[in-house]
Amino acid sequence: MNFLVFVKQVPDTETKIQIAGDGKSIVEEGVNFIVSPYDEIAIEEALLRKEALGGEITVVTMGPNRGEAALRTALAMGCDKAVHLEDDAFLGADSYATAKALAAVVKKYSPDLVFFGKQGVGTDNTQVGQMVAEMAGLGHIGMCVKLEIEGDKVRGEREIEGGRETIEVSLPAVVVAQKGLNEPRYPALRGIMQAKRKPIEKLTVADLGLSADEVGLAGSRTEFASLTLPPAREAGKKLEVEPEVAAKEIVAFLKNEAKAL
Amino acid sequence: MILVFAEQRDGILKKAAKEAVSEGKRLSSKLSVPVAAVVMGKGAAGAVDEVKNFGPDKVFLVESAPLDQYSADGFAEAMANVAKEQGATVILFPATTMGVDVAPRVAAKVKAGLVSDITGLEVADGKLLATKPVYSGKAIATVSFKSDIQMVTLRSNVFPLEENPSSPEVVTVDGSGISPMGIAVSTELKEGGKVELAEAAVVVSGGRGMKGPENFPLIEELAELLGGAVGASRAAVDAGWIDHSHQVGQTGKVVSPTVYIACGISGAIQHIAGMGSSKFIIAINKDEDAPIFNVASLGIVGDLFKVVPALTEELKNLN
Ligand SMILES: Cc1cc2nc3c(=O)[nH]c(=O)nc-3n(C[C@H](O)[C@H](O)[C@H](O)COP(=O)(O)OP(=O)(O)OC[C@H]3O[C@@H](n4cnc5c(N)ncnc54)[C@H](O)[C@@H]3O)c2cc1C
Repeated sequence: MNFLVFVKQVPDTETKIQIAGDGKSIVEEGVNFIVSPYDEIAIEEALLRKEALGGEITVVTMGPNRGEAALRTALAMGCDKAVHLEDDAFLGADSYATAKALAAVVKKYSPDLVFFGKQGVGTDNTQVGQMVAEMAGLGHIGMCVKLEIEGDKVRGEREIEGGRETIEVSLPAVVVAQKGLNEPRYPALRGIMQAKRKPIEKLTVADLGLSADEVGLAGSRTEFASLTLPPAREAGKKLEVEPEVAAKEIVAFLKNEAKAL
Repeated sequence: MILVFAEQRDGILKKAAKEAVSEGKRLSSKLSVPVAAVVMGKGAAGAVDEVKNFGPDKVFLVESAPLDQYSADGFAEAMANVAKEQGATVILFPATTMGVDVAPRVAAKVKAGLVSDITGLEVADGKLLATKPVYSGKAIATVSFKSDIQMVTLRSNVFPLEENPSSPEVVTVDGSGISPMGIAVSTELKEGGKVELAEAAVVVSGGRGMKGPENFPLIEELAELLGGAVGASRAAVDAGWIDHSHQVGQTGKVVSPTVYIACGISGAIQHIAGMGSSKFIIAINKDEDAPIFNVASLGIVGDLFKVVPALTEELKNLN
């Protein structure tokens, strides 16, 4: 079975965010970029499936040159080969323009199963996996926490408000990974060494048969008008009192300020 | 036209859907265009009367056999068909698990820009400006649209619910030609009566300071007294004390209740990412330097094993 896993490089969640001079983006200097945590879950799921069913895993990222580090991490975890969509025309893409490019990759490689993480942490849009599924004409399992493959069908559980539901879809299909699906492994030293010798194919907009105005900033449907620091949340009263007094204070607060009682 | 995906299950309209229709109504007067609600799936007809309470000018009802079971692509096709036929310019979804699943497919179908999980919506020069927290709430993005059709999903509990009864025309839409790919073959709902975390007006959360699963009944009781839901930090979830469906934060749920009560939670940035937009935050922590106090509207420095039972007692005396 052939697997495709899409990953995104994102700022480490501990990163101190500084707004750049354009007022629309963050200062990248000094930022530690990591594979988005949900994408690690997507990679792990592909690895588990390959271990059970055989096949080949191709990991794909779209982004600037630094994105190669994310691919090396995925290769070190055990993916077989990598594709890097690296072209200035891809830059500045919103979810729609991203999905447009990634859907072209899906069509080019005709995988049996495609994995995405639920969201790129940071911008937290939870869109690209579902959009790619739509653009590639595939069914998907969203926010999947449990997966079964049986013949040409995949069945996935997802958490919904107040319970769970099981979605069934025929292969080829897209699975969007949610936390709980598995525990991603750490790359072993041997994997890291092997990763250095695994191939990374570079693809441009032209290689995907797309035109520059369909992708990147030009192909985007939305755009950051501004990025600002949040208004500082004012810390309120801090009390160190006997439990009974504290309880009375909380009840008074719930009644008078929060109007929740 | 403004179209609102008014999510329902078995004839019951989701609270988040009521908020979305309310927001659609407000936008309708700002943009001077009519607003319509779309209800679909099994039992949808039963939700029509309820949706009328929130002022739509029209209601589209899609209740065809192919949509009896939930399907992201099937529902997306039905929604996109209505949007195309009506020439919708704005499409609103609640940021529920269903909304988040369906909306991107609709956006791809109608070539719309989509902004997810927004906490603010404004109109400038006839176009929408959506705001949402990004980078774990360390920045706020204002997002504008370049596409003709503008789509957003609305964070639960942020946009006020507003009753505004209307007598809209109800249009039945035929969805019998839809053939869904991904289909919900089973749905398992936990025992009823429990308040849904993302929709709760009060959330009481426990962290590593809870010390073990045997102590969670403390906060469950408190949550119940306040008519709220139980949340947890990742530390508590990873320790196996409580199910992941309760996790609040970057890799859990994003909640925005009126009151969030954090018990034995230090306030790591990844936790704040999931609850920083709560209206009021109450923190109970024995470490006076815990970062959670920096965002707390009311901070109690003390032992939660003393403060929480005292609070429960106090609330019981009220009733
Ligand atoms: C990529 C990534 C994603 C993450 N996603 C999430 C997420 O979604 N949600 C999340 O919560 N975390 C997340 N984390 C983890 C986060 O960084 C913290 O480790 C976690 O939130 C800590 O949980 P905690 O506050 O319960 O535990 P701790 O930080 O250990 O804090 C426990 C607190 O309890 C207090 N305490 C102890 N005993 C008592 C007592 N008797 N009475 C009162 N107070 C007491 C202590 O003073 C302390 O402040 C993520 C981390 C990473 C790297």
